[in-house]
Amino acid sequence: MQKVMRDVLVEKAVSLLSDGTVDRVLGWKRGEFSYDITPAVFESADKIRDDFVWNEFCGANFSKYLVAQTKKTEGKLLVFLKPCDTYSFNQLLTEHRFDREKVYAVGIPCEGMADIAKLKAIAGDGISSVESDGGKLCVTTVYEDAPVAVDAGEVLLERCVNCKSKKHAAYDELIGEEGEVLESGRFDEVEKLEKMTADERFAFWQNELSRCIRCNACRDVCPACTCEKCVFNNPASGAENKAAANSFEEKMFHIIRAFHVAGRCTDCGECSRVCPQRIPLHLLNRKFIKDIDSFYGEYQAGAEVGSRAPLVSYTKEDIEPSEVFDGRE
Amino acid sequence: MQRIGVFVCWCGSNIAGTVDVQAVSEALKSEPGVVFSTNYQYMCSQAGQNIIRDAIAEHGLTGIVVCSCSPRMHEATFRKTAAAAGLNPYMVEIANIREQCSWVHKDMPVGTEKAIILGKAAVAKVNLNTPLTPGETPVTKRALVIGGGIAGIQTALDIADAGFPVDIVEKKPTIGGKMAQLDKTFPTLDCAACILTPKMVDAAQNEKIRIFSYSEVAEVSGFVGNFDVKIKKKARFVREELCTGCGACTEKCPQKKVPNEFNLGMDNRRAIYIPFAQAVPKVATIDADYCNMLKNGKCGVCAKVCAAGAIDYKQKDELIEEKYGAIVVATGFNPISMEKFDEFAYNQSKDVITSLEFERLTNAAGPTAGKLLRPSDGKHPRTIVFVQCVGSRCASCSEKGKEYCSKICCMYTAKHAMLTRDKYPDTDVYVFYIDVRTPGKNFDEFYRRAVEEYGVHYIKGMVGKVSPEGDKLRVQASDLIAGKQLHIDADLVVLAAAIEPDKSARPLATMLTASMDTNDFFTEAHPKLRPVESPTAGVFLSGACQGPKDIPETVAQAGAAASKVIGLLAKDKLTGNPCIAHSDEMMCNGCSSCENVCPYGAITYIDKEFRMPNRTVAVRRVAQVNPAVCQGCGACTVACPSGAMDLRGFASGQIIAEVDAICK
Amino acid sequence: MQMNEYKPLIVAFCCNWCSYAGADLAGNNRLSYPADVKIIRVPCSCRVNPMFILRAFQRGADGVIICGCHPGDCHYTSGNYYTRRRMALLFSMLDYLGIERERTRVEWVSAAEGAKFAATMNDFAEKVAALGENKRLEDLRCKK
Repeated sequence: MQKVMRDVLVEKAVSLLSDGTVDRVLGWKRGEFSYDITPAVFESADKIRDDFVWNEFCGANFSKYLVAQTKKTEGKLLVFLKPCDTYSFNQLLTEHRFDREKVYAVGIPCEGMADIAKLKAIAGDGISSVESDGGKLCVTTVYEDAPVAVDAGEVLLERCVNCKSKKHAAYDELIGEEGEVLESGRFDEVEKLEKMTADERFAFWQNELSRCIRCNACRDVCPACTCEKCVFNNPASGAENKAAANSFEEKMFHIIRAFHVAGRCTDCGECSRVCPQRIPLHLLNRKFIKDIDSFYGEYQAGAEVGSRAPLVSYTKEDIEPSEVFDGRE
Repeated sequence: MQRIGVFVCWCGSNIAGTVDVQAVSEALKSEPGVVFSTNYQYMCSQAGQNIIRDAIAEHGLTGIVVCSCSPRMHEATFRKTAAAAGLNPYMVEIANIREQCSWVHKDMPVGTEKAIILGKAAVAKVNLNTPLTPGETPVTKRALVIGGGIAGIQTALDIADAGFPVDIVEKKPTIGGKMAQLDKTFPTLDCAACILTPKMVDAAQNEKIRIFSYSEVAEVSGFVGNFDVKIKKKARFVREELCTGCGACTEKCPQKKVPNEFNLGMDNRRAIYIPFAQAVPKVATIDADYCNMLKNGKCGVCAKVCAAGAIDYKQKDELIEEKYGAIVVATGFNPISMEKFDEFAYNQSKDVITSLEFERLTNAAGPTAGKLLRPSDGKHPRTIVFVQCVGSRCASCSEKGKEYCSKICCMYTAKHAMLTRDKYPDTDVYVFYIDVRTPGKNFDEFYRRAVEEYGVHYIKGMVGKVSPEGDKLRVQASDLIAGKQLHIDADLVVLAAAIEPDKSARPLATMLTASMDTNDFFTEAHPKLRPVESPTAGVFLSGACQGPKDIPETVAQAGAAASKVIGLLAKDKLTGNPCIAHSDEMMCNGCSSCENVCPYGAITYIDKEFRMPNRTVAVRRVAQVNPAVCQGCGACTVACPSGAMDLRGFASGQIIAEVDAICK
Repeated sequence: MQMNEYKPLIVAFCCNWCSYAGADLAGNNRLSYPADVKIIRVPCSCRVNPMFILRAFQRGADGVIICGCHPGDCHYTSGNYYTRRRMALLFSMLDYLGIERERTRVEWVSAAEGAKFAATMNDFAEKVAALGENKRLEDLRCKK
């Protein structure tokens, strides 16, 4: 259950649209299924009143959409940003990827988004509708007459279970109260893997990455992957390969992708959320974040605009590559 | 498709002894693109080069691979050979089959196999080579020297001596810098003014030198050979071209209570002033902070007494734009603030002074006309304590001091102690030190004289506390050699304050995209081999802005910087290295990663219009590499996530082709 | 020498100014190291893209070593500092994926350190040979 209700957001969007502050609104609308909520640009108050959605399935991080949207017209766009989205927002600004002048950012609090796969595991397949009711999600499936009530806290997305911040790193206007940066257990999984033997780790990743179908959804949704042309689409790069042909191919893709976003990844978790194969891709990014924190001092990409990413920076006393395994098994 | 010729060198038996050269040239014949392959005893000989030349003509070669010694040895030779035969010199690649093959592998089959693989890698690379032409940029034959101390003056004089025009920008009303404030100089004890002021006059009279005093650099753009600089000439409210420097105004000005910075505030000057008698330019300046006329319109005395009519209360800051081929930074140093060193009672007692203040106290043109008198009561001090390393070598107190050694303090303290004992033999002089560091010609002899001939008491140990008691200063210190605590009742305490780069250096470094270390000293292009050049091409370093140094060292570095500038300005055009980075604008995201890692500031961003489908135009931020500045390290190519940035001569595709050839 | 004896394939990226010159010096002094080591010259170690390293592994290299000037001595002043960060993170990531640590290495070799170059290559080749063939990173399509 989100603290701020849909009506508040609709009212805000309509008033900013009607007073001319913005001419478009980036929000969510229903997709094919009730839990399949997709980003949408609204241009009229009526459309907003009819179609705007705000519920546990509005996981999509809008920051990346601003790159394309601010290029389109001179007008101003209203964007709703959850706390984690604002880090990507800042990171993109740091990299000059969109025009801040053309955006009106409204920060909205977030109580965590639902993971449809977790929900299906409890309520079963064939979900025809999901209704929020207090802290519960009431799920109706095509197979059962009575709806099943599921505790919303039990089906949170992994990134929300390990939410790193309820604080908005950027906004023009905030709805609700300013949150706090949280202590999270987001590196616990990484640590667990680090403690395994090399063979176990290899087996783990072999199992995970071999399921990759190279659909590129992780890349396409990633707010750090906003290249005009991805190296994996560029025949001259030496890495172009659109299909997963065998076991190394996807490792190459995921290592390079993680490396390209290292120090720039805000750990928004979109890659894992959209992966149709449910590969825990965030564990690659978090490994880099964890290493960066321990090698070069804590760094949160997107916490502020203009900060210098760890990989485009150095100190004379940096750890040697030969020392990174010191003290590790 | 390239038409590649392969030339395998025997190097006598150096290569042929452990590599079957015939087999190598045979094996490479069937590589993609290879149309000709041969081997010869000495490829680098005239006869060998003729083979290459003839083959280029005969087979219409577009690229060549020479399997020979290291490219560090003969790459340039074979490039010249290719160029002489009409082939672009950058269509040549070397497979190093001597240093990295025949000389380190003793077994013929092993060596031959490796030589073939190295040859294949070179062929694979040449297949992707493109002709490269070094860029040329014209050079503006004028230099800018920022800072008019001894470093800047010497650099300017040397550049001017070679016939190039040079401008000095000095933020103070006169050039001369710190050296003008000094009394005597070590180790020869000649007077600073006697050796400096003639140089100041030389600079002023040299027709190649322009001095912009009371001016600052406001903006720098451009690059090596072609800097555009805006200089802010601050309003001094006196027309320089009319002022004769007679000094009538400075005598009549009713505002007498302005702390005299030249004497470090130990006496006063007027609101209109000439810093010192030998100032260059010898022109008065009105201090707007104190002038009654400028503050409230009531006075105008100076204008009345000025026979030349030089006073101009309405003068405004002026912006001068000039082009330069080279810039020399000579911004110098300052003693650090003693504010935080409470233990030495600098703020509590007027009789605790810094060494630079001591210089003024002993200088004939100083506030006491050269008589050593205590600032508090004008009495002659009988006991003087010098404290060394105040804020220097201070790893544990980095919040108030500096970690580095300030280098000059040991010597000037020895000088002060010696001069004091020489002039006032009735004075007891103590010097507290951590170490006495006297490397330098005649330096240690000088220090020994202070101890042995002049009877200066050198005590190894630091002063813990100075407390004013009555008209004395109670100095508590430890004598580390005797292993005991000392108390000395001193009349004067002199602190050898650490020196730090001038505060103006940091913003200047930003303007110049020159790098600095954590202490704000400018960094050299190479600490050993390029000590007077900054990593930014066309920017040179002179004097203490690069690190603490004494006068002889400063003058030597000033001359070295000048010779580098002369070398640059002597060229009509700069020929660049063509193996530099370039960005594919269609792929560039404008993210600034490349700009952040570039050690040379060679990358800038522009907003560029792109034609898009349906006749629309999109404006995108894209990186641009300045070919005159890029040195071709390739740091940007890896920082770039999109792969838009690539390096000519070492393109990603070329390196991957080598990898593939080796790993086949 | 037996023909079927396993020989590792090692790619060494050497910066032009220090390490490549160090390798030349090893040659001048006739200091031998295994012929399995094949050197690719780059202007600076910071030119080495992780992609090149993975590409080498993908094509069947058993070990990849990057050699550059000692920190502080980079011809381009700071290139090797970036290399140091990039490779520390990349190697840590490869280890995290279960790839043997001994297959990758960064070594700072100056132009005067011919002996160090040879010793480094001997040691690296020995360690890589002990691991045997690179199976975890190679791409079977790329092998003949």
